[in-house]
Amino acid sequence: MSPERAARLLDAAVAAIREHADELTALDQAIGDGDHGLNMRRGFDAIAATREEVIALPLGQALQKAGMALVMKVGGASGPLYGSLLMSMGKVAAEAPADPQGLTAMLAEGVEAVKRRGKSDAGEKTMLDVLVPALGALRAGAADDLSADELIARVRAAADDGLARTRDMKATKGRASYLGERSIGHLDPGARSSALLITAVCGVLAEEG
Amino acid sequence: MPGHVAIVIVSHSALVAEGAADMVREMVGDEVRVAFCGGNPEGGLGTNVAAIKAAIERVYTPAGVALLVDLGGAETNSEMAIELLPEAWQAQVVICNAPIVEGAVMAATEAAGGSALAVVQATAEELSP
Repeated sequence: MSPERAARLLDAAVAAIREHADELTALDQAIGDGDHGLNMRRGFDAIAATREEVIALPLGQALQKAGMALVMKVGGASGPLYGSLLMSMGKVAAEAPADPQGLTAMLAEGVEAVKRRGKSDAGEKTMLDVLVPALGALRAGAADDLSADELIARVRAAADDGLARTRDMKATKGRASYLGERSIGHLDPGARSSALLITAVCGVLAEEG
Repeated sequence: MPGHVAIVIVSHSALVAEGAADMVREMVGDEVRVAFCGGNPEGGLGTNVAAIKAAIERVYTPAGVALLVDLGGAETNSEMAIELLPEAWQAQVVICNAPIVEGAVMAATEAAGGSALAVVQATAEELSP
């Protein structure tokens, strides 16, 4: 990946988290411990601080470095969760072709790592409720050889639908699980941050065509 | 003899972590090495992978290290910290599924008697329903 494209992706992800940090915190105050926005902003600020170094690296190493920054700086469970996502994507990036199949292989590896780290799966009102359907849409679209525009639109839609569905779910993982039934009626903050990041990445890829 | 199993206490709060470590020392003595950490990388409430890893490294012994952690993120961050340790150490560092204060005291009491890591962990976990 060119440093220019890496920079656009990194900047878009950092901007999405910074712009929505207060919203993430508000969502987390409703069903968690209210630190998701602050934690994510701290983590993505740490990524931004290493921007020049990260964008010059091969994609796999760049993802691993960014992931490790999240692990070390976030200060909540989302650090190891997002960190494992990026680091595991990075591990297979070198062998993945630069096409939708390659991206599918990378995201699949990352999503598996999140499941292992969180001992969770889709349906438990977590970030996986966005990541798993987004991966499904990407995989299906790649197999069907969709145009780039159509593929990006489907991945975005799957992420948005997944996010919306967390509203009516009952949390059984993480801090929100202590609320049981009371967690119903609120969007999951981790699902929201995952949707923000997917939307940011899709936005850059769509502009590039 | 590789010595006594060591204890690491990981809380979202530095004060809780330090207080739990004080209780262990008061009730069990200095025979068992105890390290603690609490707070996010900025010093607020939360946990910090680098600090957890450093705490384990301060007390690591081949006999093993038992971690006692509080809420959600403390466990996830502790698992991550363990994976960042040298591979040969990883099997000897375990997270006890137990309440942090009582678990730390029970684990340290068992460790002081010279028990193996698995026994120390099991004793702490007897406290969990």
